[in-house]
Order: sequence, then C-alpha cells, then structure tokens
Amino acid sequence: MRQLRFLQAMNEAYRQVMAEDDSVMIIGEDIRGGIRGETKGLHAAFGDDRVLDTPISEAGFTGFATGAALAGLRPIVQFQVPSLIYVAFDQLVNQAAKMRLMLGGQADLPITYTIMVSGTRGGNAGQHSDNPYPYLVHAGFKVVCPSTAYDAKGLMIQAIREQDPVVFIASAMSLPQKGEVPEEIYTVPLGKGQVRRPGTDVTVVAVGHLVPEALAVAESLFEQQGISVEVWDPRTLLPFDRDGLLESVRKTGRVVIYDDTNRSCGYASEVSAVLGEHAFSSLVAPIKRITRADIPMPYNPDLEAAVLPSPKQLDQAIRAVWSYAK
Amino acid sequence: MSNILPPQLARKMYSDMFRIRQFDTKVVELVDDDLIPGSCHEYCGQEAVAVGICGALSDKDILTSTHRGHGHTLAKGGDVGKMFAELFGRSAGYNRGRGGSMHIADFARGIFGANGIVGAGTPIACGAAHKFKAAGEPYVAVSFFGDGAINQGVVHEAMNLAAIWRLPVIFVCENNLYAMTTPLRDVTILEPHERANAYGMATTKVDGMNVGAVFEVALSAVERARSGAGPTFIQCDTYRYFGHYSGERHMKTTYRTQEEIEKWKERDPLDFWAERLIGASICSAQDIERMKREVDEQIAEGVEYARQCPSPSPQDALEYMYAVNYPYTPAQGAEQ
Repeated sequence: MRQLRFLQAMNEAYRQVMAEDDSVMIIGEDIRGGIRGETKGLHAAFGDDRVLDTPISEAGFTGFATGAALAGLRPIVQFQVPSLIYVAFDQLVNQAAKMRLMLGGQADLPITYTIMVSGTRGGNAGQHSDNPYPYLVHAGFKVVCPSTAYDAKGLMIQAIREQDPVVFIASAMSLPQKGEVPEEIYTVPLGKGQVRRPGTDVTVVAVGHLVPEALAVAESLFEQQGISVEVWDPRTLLPFDRDGLLESVRKTGRVVIYDDTNRSCGYASEVSAVLGEHAFSSLVAPIKRITRADIPMPYNPDLEAAVLPSPKQLDQAIRAVWSYAK
Repeated sequence: MSNILPPQLARKMYSDMFRIRQFDTKVVELVDDDLIPGSCHEYCGQEAVAVGICGALSDKDILTSTHRGHGHTLAKGGDVGKMFAELFGRSAGYNRGRGGSMHIADFARGIFGANGIVGAGTPIACGAAHKFKAAGEPYVAVSFFGDGAINQGVVHEAMNLAAIWRLPVIFVCENNLYAMTTPLRDVTILEPHERANAYGMATTKVDGMNVGAVFEVALSAVERARSGAGPTFIQCDTYRYFGHYSGERHMKTTYRTQEEIEKWKERDPLDFWAERLIGASICSAQDIERMKREVDEQIAEGVEYARQCPSPSPQDALEYMYAVNYPYTPAQGAEQ
C-alpha cells in the first residue's frame, strides 16, 4: 500500500473532509503559508472563506471558531505551537469545553483543535516543548494522540466529524513517521486503543510518539532477556479504552506506563488510577510510571534528556516489574 | 419622535423595557427568597440599550450577551416563563437548569448566550458573523459587553478580526461607568468608542437612556453590516440602578454616591420614553398603564410557571456534556 508521512496524512484528511463537507473551515496562524505542510494547498482549493489566516490573536480566533460552530460551521482551529493554547485558555476551557452543558444541550460544538509539534523537538526550552493534553482532558475535551500516519488520517477525519470539540495532538516526534495510509476516506473510532505488539509478561502503555520507542525497547528485551512485552497504544486519551487496557493487563499482570507529560496529575497518573481501581486483583507487581519530570523543559540538551522519559528508564522499569514477580 | 421609528414599534419598546424592569425587579426579590440559587446581575436602568438595539434586529440575527444579560434575552424575544424556570434551575428552563442567569440562551431566537467572563462573547459573535458572510446570508451578529470589557484583550482581538474581514458585527459597549466598583475614568484614558475607532471601523456614541436614539444608531449599523460594509462600534452611555449584583445592596458600598444614582434616575429611560410617546400622541397615559398591567401579569404568570416546574433529576447531572457519549465518558465522581 501507499506510504505517507504523518504530516501528509493530516493534509490528506483536511483536504478530503473539506471536499466532502462545505461546512468545514480551518482557522489559525500561517495556515495559507503552510510551511510545515499539513495545510499545504488548502487555501488554493477552498478559498478565503474556508481557510482563514489570522493575526496573532489566539484567544480571538479560538472564540471565533466557537461562534462559527454555534452558527452551523465545523471549524478546525490550528495552534502552531502547543503552548499557544494557554493564551486562548478562557476561550477553550470556559467557553468551548463547558458550553454544551451550560446551554443544556441547545447547540453542539463540532470543533477540532489541532495542536502542532506537541512535545519536545530539542532545544526549544520552556515555552515550546509542552504536551498539554492532561489540561485538555481535565477540561473535558475529547483528545486524540495518534502514533502512526494511518491513525493520523483516520483519527483526524473522525475528530472533524464528531459533534463535540476534539483536540488532535500532532506530536512533534511523530510528524516524520511514515506508514501505510489508504487513499480513500476512512475513520479510526474514538475510545479504541490498539495492541501494537502482542506479549504476555508486561504491558507497556505508550502514548503518542513514545509508541515506536516502546516497540524498540520491547524488541530488544525479548531478544536479550526473553521478556514478552505487550505494547498498548491508547490512541485516544478521552474517551479512553479502559476495557482494551484491562484485557491486556489481566493477561500480563504487570504494567509500565510510558508518557511524556508531568508526573503529578499527568496522563500516566490517570491510567495508573484506572488500573488501581479496576485491575487490582490481576496485578502481580506495582504499577510503574515513566514520565516527564515536573519542571518546565530546560534548554540545555543534557538537561532536556534528564527531564524527558527515556527508553533506558523504560527498559529498567520493565525489567523491575518483570523480576518483581517472575 | 423620529420618523424612522414606526409607532407600533415605539409602543412595543416601552412595553419591552418595562418587562425588563419588572423582570429584574422581581429577580431581586426571588434571590432574597432563595428561589434563585446564587445571585444575579440586574439590568434595571439600562433597558433602553437592549431594547433599542434589538428593535433593529430580525429573529435570524444573533447576539452574544453578558453576565448582566436578562435584558438582552428579553429584548430579543426570550420567554419570561422559560427564563424564570432557568433562574430557578428547573428542567423546563432555557438551559434545562444547567446554566442559570449567567448562561441563559435561546438558540431558536439567535440568543447565543449570556457569559460569565467579561468580553468573552465578542469573538464568538465574530465567528457567527463569518458564517453569515460566507454563506451569503443577510444577518448580523451583535455582541453586548460593558465598559469593563474595553480593557479585556480578547475584545480588541475580536474588533480587529471584525474590521479586517469586514464582518457583519455590531459591538455594543454598555457604558454604565463602573466595572463592578472600578470607575471607567480610572482605568482608561480614551472613551471606549475612541479606542474602537483605532481598528478602522465605524464608531458612534449615543445616549443609552433614550431608546429611540439607540434604535436609530442600531438601525444604521445593521444596514451597514447587511450591505457588506463591515462592523460598527456603538457606545451607549447608561447607568445601572442596582449594584453590580443582587447581593451588593446588603453591603455598604461607597463607590457611587446616592446623589449620583438619583441624578441618573431623573433620566429614567422608561419615564423618558413614556413622556415621548404621550407627547407624540402615540400613546395615552391609559395605554401606558394598560401595557404595564399586561407586563405585570406576564411576570406573575412566569414566576408561577417556573415555581411549579420540576427540578432536573440528580441522576441526570452528567447529561448534555457531549452530543455523543462514549463508555465511561463523562466519568462520574464515584466509580460504578
């Protein structure tokens, strides 16, 4: 099958959904220029009314999308850098996320927020390196975090078609990912995780760009130690495929959660809590979390590496839970 | 009396203003009686603004409102009974008891909702206006906000977006002189309409106690918007009779003098308009009294209706969060 990069898959999803549904529009900064490629060609194909380049006014264009959605459009809002969402936080959290409930269901808000280059690209320091999805899950947004080009297209199309606000996390380190992507329109459902590598000894829950890293660690541990690691990719963070995860953990009894958000109230905390509540009797070893440290990203590459979750830490954690109860 | 204001509309404007006055006067009582949980921000004194602006709108035009929003909703045709039911937190309320005073909306009448965050409705109105413009629909979006909002960043972002894209938006700044207790003169050098002028849009200032004057400027703003000539900023100078919110009258506040309040009440928008109607022989004093009686009956019926409406069931507390729910989403506070 044809191979596409993650970014190209996003671009194809945008194009195909905009072609099939006139109500879809995209708004944000530097959309027409499309330097990175995910919005390339959209303006030429769909024009000024549907492809809107904005001034640097994150709160303004985020609220604008809310109004457009309430009036019947289906906007995609693109944030060029993850931490820009904080500038728009009132419009995201107080307005869009709360609005349907506050209105008693009088209107739907079919909005997709694309968060580009989420996470750390290296050397971008404190204000360009966040993975803000725990905040957004907490606010009640549906959040998807694809790890493959196939899921990028399928989850993007599903996100745009959802009747509720959905955040699409485009992890910086996932953007170059290449994989098989069908040419036709297809969707990947929300709330369905996927086993990326079957195994019987330890379940690794890996989020987004950490999935390929987890797969590499799993392979090497199998070769070196014969430890059979199952790598499970939640794909969507809210809704979360609790039943899919429990199925894996009931088989392995050991879990390591590998996630690039803060340790305190980060995404791994929630996964861990779900397992504590629902898989207690299946667990034969304590749950381990490999996460980002609780500080803003430092600039120096060595310090950055010390803050990020690493394959080495994951390797050690898998060995630890495995040897805890062989 | 202006000749662009049809007599029938001029009469209706009195009745609409009186409805707002009586509605929010009743609200104060109901907050004290604990029939309304929380507190409300009463619109009394500012009636001419909502009624003058909404008099120039059609049902398909939309508005975004503020924390002090009862007047906007009533002026756009909101139902008294469904509003009281919402304030009482009942399922028959506009927002099924999920929103209350600060979020009342009626999408069937283009009321996109009150808002608890100052200025937050301005970009929302712009987005709706974009839809009208892109679809070639001849409708306009009105965004109401107070003088306090003129120092909120997002309001300036929204004004700029409306100006650069020539959106059919009308920004209505209700200058009641105080952001809670902070006087406008302490927090801005220029007047709100002067600041809006910098975005390259039509701006105007009008006596917000004169419903006819407000209507006239609204009408030309609506015409400008419908003709594709872009946004207008209208500063309406007005005054609120009650405090910032219902609870304020139980406190000792000193930010406004009694003398100032009385001085503004001498320019009461209802008394002023009644005199104009009678002076222009559009109404008799008896007509005015009859309109008042009809409104009073509506208010009494609305309260009674709301009182007998059932409350939502606690087991439905998580309803309306999403259009489409998924397993375990949204989550309850205690796991099943």
